[in-house]
Amino acid sequence: METLVQAPTWVKERRQLAAQRFAAVGYPTTRMEDWRFTNVAPIADTKFAAAHGSFAQAPALISSVGVAGSLRLAIVNGQFAAGLSDLSTLPKGIRIAGLRDGARDGTDGLEDHLAKVFNIDAHPFAALNTANLDDGVAIFVAAGASVETPIHIVTVTGGDGKAVAAHPRVLVVAGAGSQVRIAQTFIGVPGDFYFNNAVAEVVVGEGANVDYYLDQRESERAFHVANIQAHVAAKGVFSSHAFSIGARIQRHDIGIALKGEGGDCTMNGVYLADGDRLMDTHTALDHAMPHCTSHELYKGILAGKARAVFNGRIIVRIDAQKTDAKQTNRALLLSDDATINSNPQLEIFADDVKCTHGAAVGQLDEEAMFYLQARGLTRIAARDMLLHAFAGEVLEGVKIPALRDQLEKAFFTALARDVELAK
Amino acid sequence: MLLEVKNLKVRVEDKEILKGIDLTVKSGQVHAIMGPNGSGKSTFARALSGHPGYEITDGQVLYNGRDLLDMDPDERAREGVFMAFQYPVEIPGVNNAYFLKAALNAKRKHQGLDELDAMDFMKVVKEKLKVLHIDDSMLQRSVNEGFSGGEKKRNEIFHMAVLEPVLALLDETDSGLDIDALRVVSEGVNAMRSPERSFVVVTHYQRLLNYIVPDFVHVLSEGRIVRSGGKELALELEEKGYVGQAVGARK
Repeated sequence: METLVQAPTWVKERRQLAAQRFAAVGYPTTRMEDWRFTNVAPIADTKFAAAHGSFAQAPALISSVGVAGSLRLAIVNGQFAAGLSDLSTLPKGIRIAGLRDGARDGTDGLEDHLAKVFNIDAHPFAALNTANLDDGVAIFVAAGASVETPIHIVTVTGGDGKAVAAHPRVLVVAGAGSQVRIAQTFIGVPGDFYFNNAVAEVVVGEGANVDYYLDQRESERAFHVANIQAHVAAKGVFSSHAFSIGARIQRHDIGIALKGEGGDCTMNGVYLADGDRLMDTHTALDHAMPHCTSHELYKGILAGKARAVFNGRIIVRIDAQKTDAKQTNRALLLSDDATINSNPQLEIFADDVKCTHGAAVGQLDEEAMFYLQARGLTRIAARDMLLHAFAGEVLEGVKIPALRDQLEKAFFTALARDVELAK
Repeated sequence: MLLEVKNLKVRVEDKEILKGIDLTVKSGQVHAIMGPNGSGKSTFARALSGHPGYEITDGQVLYNGRDLLDMDPDERAREGVFMAFQYPVEIPGVNNAYFLKAALNAKRKHQGLDELDAMDFMKVVKEKLKVLHIDDSMLQRSVNEGFSGGEKKRNEIFHMAVLEPVLALLDETDSGLDIDALRVVSEGVNAMRSPERSFVVVTHYQRLLNYIVPDFVHVLSEGRIVRSGGKELALELEEKGYVGQAVGARK
């Protein structure tokens, strides 16, 4: 590949290290603890073509999810597409770089952070992404900058009918005291078969405040693996909100390391699965320092033969006194065949901490259903209202109104798409 | 005839609760159903509203000449049947105004009327709130969530006022109300009395009937109506209690 030749030595080295690592471990199997319930053989067994360049529907897909008033960055098949991006209103305090060009040009901060937030040993798919590291976007927020304009990364994948694999990569470095809201939408042509293996690294500087919205609306036949890792410095605030309604198999690994005192993080998500989808979310919160707080709330709606996996790991290290961590995982099963494996995993080494976790799996409240119906709502309207209320707690946290409206609409569309859901 | 109940038998979890109820309600009438605990009066209201936990084993219910029991609960509601719940359900995350607007528009659509937009809906609602002395803030709260007992009952009557039913079933609306709340709720009901609207008021106590004066009073005991009479029957029950009102005492 030409890009391999052009890349600076440090990129080649990091790529090579990751390639070696992936060669050594290969695709995860269900014998591995973190992959017990998620069989990725359908991914490993498929010969995906490396995705290069754009595809016919890419521009239409990108505009279909446009968020008014945002700064749009397009990633097409893993590559930064400047032509499909909208950088006309670049706010003050922001630097944007395509990873390939940035690495070539020696963009300040790239070498310091790219592939540094990650532990590739723990994440085989992130190693695979890094081994294929070629392009993507980097967002640098200057210290003290408060960026009002939301940044919307639109990640589209497709191969005009060819099964492609893409490895999109995002790096966010938020300087001390800065504020920024970033959304990343994943979308493909409905019915397309592809593999999207995304990685995002986020560096939250001292006292910085970063919101990250992960919006997964991939094709219903796609495989979607995304790995987000954030390092939060002292008094930094990081929030992640994951919204998942697409893909045949989804695997999210979201890891937040609170590496300085007084940090705060939120890790929320809502997913909706029907048919024979698998929605797997693994979260990891690393409380390394004292006086940090974390709030985690995941909500799932499962119909048909859908399966979900939720694994919420919280480590409170010996120095992390006065930690306050709360984790909640709730799921609604709408059919007898839907299943969830929910597993809170608390590892607490400090003695003066507050950690709570709760998991609840249930069905729709039939008394509430009857109450709504007895006022004249059809069974479907009543159910949609209750499901929307269930998801609302997470959707309300989306602080980009135009995106929230879009997600609400997508949520109702998803509710209506399946026979199991619609009955 | 608005409502004709003939030999209605209802079972709840394998236990026969109603053992053959006959009742006829004409337009504009208010019927009170009284009886001791466990007599089946709430079962009667819930069965008419279509609660899935109440199995109809025999009998017939005609509503405007149509088979009511053949309709889903939501269809009954859109056709003008309203039940004020004894225990209104708390529904976190569902905004009271949003829900009520959806309910009203479902009914309007069914009637072939235009759906109301948010502005027109608020106009309708504001008037009703005033009559029932309900604070605006109740609109923006989740349905019944964290409401006091009195607020819940008032919210039920408020829903009724907005939905303007043809047949209103009030299931122990007086329980849990203090005297002031009882007066407000009753005034709300009385304001809605009209020749086109009928009420079936289920209550344990005569007290409510001082405020909502019924045309007819029926005494339910062990799943049967054992006595029927005018409003004075309620006063008699207040004095003598339900003892002696068992099956057979009718003679």
